[in-house]
Amino acid sequence: MISAGIDIGSRTIKLVLVENGQIIEFRKAENSFDTLKVCSSLLEGLSYDSITSTGYGRYLFDEYLKCNVISEIKAFALGAKFVHPECRSVLDIGGQDTKAISLDANGKMKKFEMNDKCAAGTGRFLEIMAMTLRYTLDEFGMRALAAKDSLSINSMCTVFAESEVISMVARGADRAGIAKGIHQSIVSRSIALLKRIGMEGTVVFAGGVAYNKCIVQLLEEQLQAEIFVPEQPQLIGALGAALAGN
Amino acid sequence: MADYHEMWAGLGLDLKTHDMLLEIVGKGYTDVFLSQKNRPKGMEYFDFVMSEVHGLRIKEILDAKAEGRKVIGTYCVFVPEELVLAIDGVCIGLCAGAEFGFEEAEKFLPRNTCSLIKSAFGFKLGKVCPYVESADMIVGENTCDGKKKAYESFKDIVNDLYVMDLPQMKSPEGRSLLKAEYKKFAQRLEEMSGKKITVESLKKGIEIANNKRKAIHRLSALRAAELSPISGLDGLLANQIFFYDDPIRFTNSVNAVCDELEVRIKEGVGVFPKDTPRVLISGCPMAVPNWKLPFIIENSNAVIVGEEMCTGERGTQNLVNTNANSVDELIDNIVDRYFQIDCAVFTPNPGRLEHIKEMVKKYKADGVIHYGLQFCQPYQMESKILEKELETAGIPVLLIETDYSQEDAGQIKTRVDAFVERIQK
Repeated sequence: MISAGIDIGSRTIKLVLVENGQIIEFRKAENSFDTLKVCSSLLEGLSYDSITSTGYGRYLFDEYLKCNVISEIKAFALGAKFVHPECRSVLDIGGQDTKAISLDANGKMKKFEMNDKCAAGTGRFLEIMAMTLRYTLDEFGMRALAAKDSLSINSMCTVFAESEVISMVARGADRAGIAKGIHQSIVSRSIALLKRIGMEGTVVFAGGVAYNKCIVQLLEEQLQAEIFVPEQPQLIGALGAALAGN
Repeated sequence: MADYHEMWAGLGLDLKTHDMLLEIVGKGYTDVFLSQKNRPKGMEYFDFVMSEVHGLRIKEILDAKAEGRKVIGTYCVFVPEELVLAIDGVCIGLCAGAEFGFEEAEKFLPRNTCSLIKSAFGFKLGKVCPYVESADMIVGENTCDGKKKAYESFKDIVNDLYVMDLPQMKSPEGRSLLKAEYKKFAQRLEEMSGKKITVESLKKGIEIANNKRKAIHRLSALRAAELSPISGLDGLLANQIFFYDDPIRFTNSVNAVCDELEVRIKEGVGVFPKDTPRVLISGCPMAVPNWKLPFIIENSNAVIVGEEMCTGERGTQNLVNTNANSVDELIDNIVDRYFQIDCAVFTPNPGRLEHIKEMVKKYKADGVIHYGLQFCQPYQMESKILEKELETAGIPVLLIETDYSQEDAGQIKTRVDAFVERIQK
């Protein structure tokens, strides 16, 4: 039996097919104004027995194609457990949301915390800050990683942080140092979420932001815990959805 | 609905804006309540009340005024309805449950004031609340700092604002203060109405208020049934209408719904499938038409089995003892009841935690969703303590912080969905 999982995020749509406990196919595409069109092109040419949706657009997809629906929290919990069976804590930083999830020994969700309703401290925040500093997203993380000092950013609101960064640039502050400070602010916020769920053991770090080496390193240093980044961190939600339908 | 425009114009309402507001609330009501499946037949009465909320009920109130009865508007469950009834007055809980007129309100209030307070100002300033306009006196009360300070400017924009002080600690001194304030309030009611509060009239007032509470207690108890015979939204609606309907008619209507629910329980009829996760909601009050969170919860595969809020059991629990021989003794009995209200303005407030635990047990809730209004310090602060204590006791908790806007509905839905997945057996 082939089970499909589709994770409709605010920035990216991810698709995973699972058969006999193995990932047999995965695809991803940037989300657009026409979410359903992106979904149908992702699904093109694929056959499967069941499909489960998750993510921001999960109900939209359900209206379009009757399917199972699960929250992204459950999806990330299932996906993380699959890629790292001993997993007890999950951090997911996506485009719009940051979530920390704790699991019991059986992989059942114990507690979760999410960021406040704005996009502060999420992938979207990183993107906007990279743009403000005229870096590409990749360059942004690399420069921050290489920076010696971290200049502290106090505003977590995307709009205020942008003006703060602009005024730091105007004062002649080191660009890479500002970049590191921005990364640090996201890390501090994520650690606070992880503490609130009573994190333990290795943290599975998923979502698009897990590609960012600087965030991973800062998390490792400050949490003093092992951070496990799956090979395809962005697909964990879609994987979890596929597993839920299995 | 009949045409009430003349009546509304007479009250000085802004007719155009008011029409718009009624349309929005009417549409919201249809979407939230009338779309529910398998509702008890008795809820038709409440549908009718809601459809006539600014119509027939206002006409009744104006008729009462014409007979010389006084209309008292209130914003808090600490204002004793018994005393108002004892002067044959009409006690109306003023609603403040919609994001309306906030811009105007912010001319008086800082932006970081909770939606409830802003809404009270917004409705008054926007001239869209016929209840505020019909009131002979409006009672403010010193609960949180937000309300307490807001009344200082509110007094300039409403007719007759009477501010009642309230204790903040459950000490003997606190109780004395409450009694002194209730006596003062009783005196003021006597003065304004020209009617004397007698043992007989007060006993009658107590009886009416007690009966209204008893009916709600009965309804609450029926919601403990394994197969929920009524939705949480409808349960909340009854608790909301509690504040402004005619008390005797309300009591009879709730009891009629209860009769029907008893039959439903016997016949195994429910509004949600068996084993639907059961949620207790707790926190700030939800005034009409604030249905956002309960609507999300009950559309996320869960049923609300109780409300630990002012528009719920915090507001309605406990009765007043009628066993007394003088007005002073009766006021003592009234104080005894109201002094037990475990509002978060009290410090410390351990009774609330105990009450939540008791409700979880009584209504067989699988988890608690705490509703904290943004900028409501007392409830927000308490929520952190409650979360810790309840989770330690093995009761799952989800804290939701929100306001009256609709823009965060998606984010709330994600949290609620995940919480329901967590508590599902």
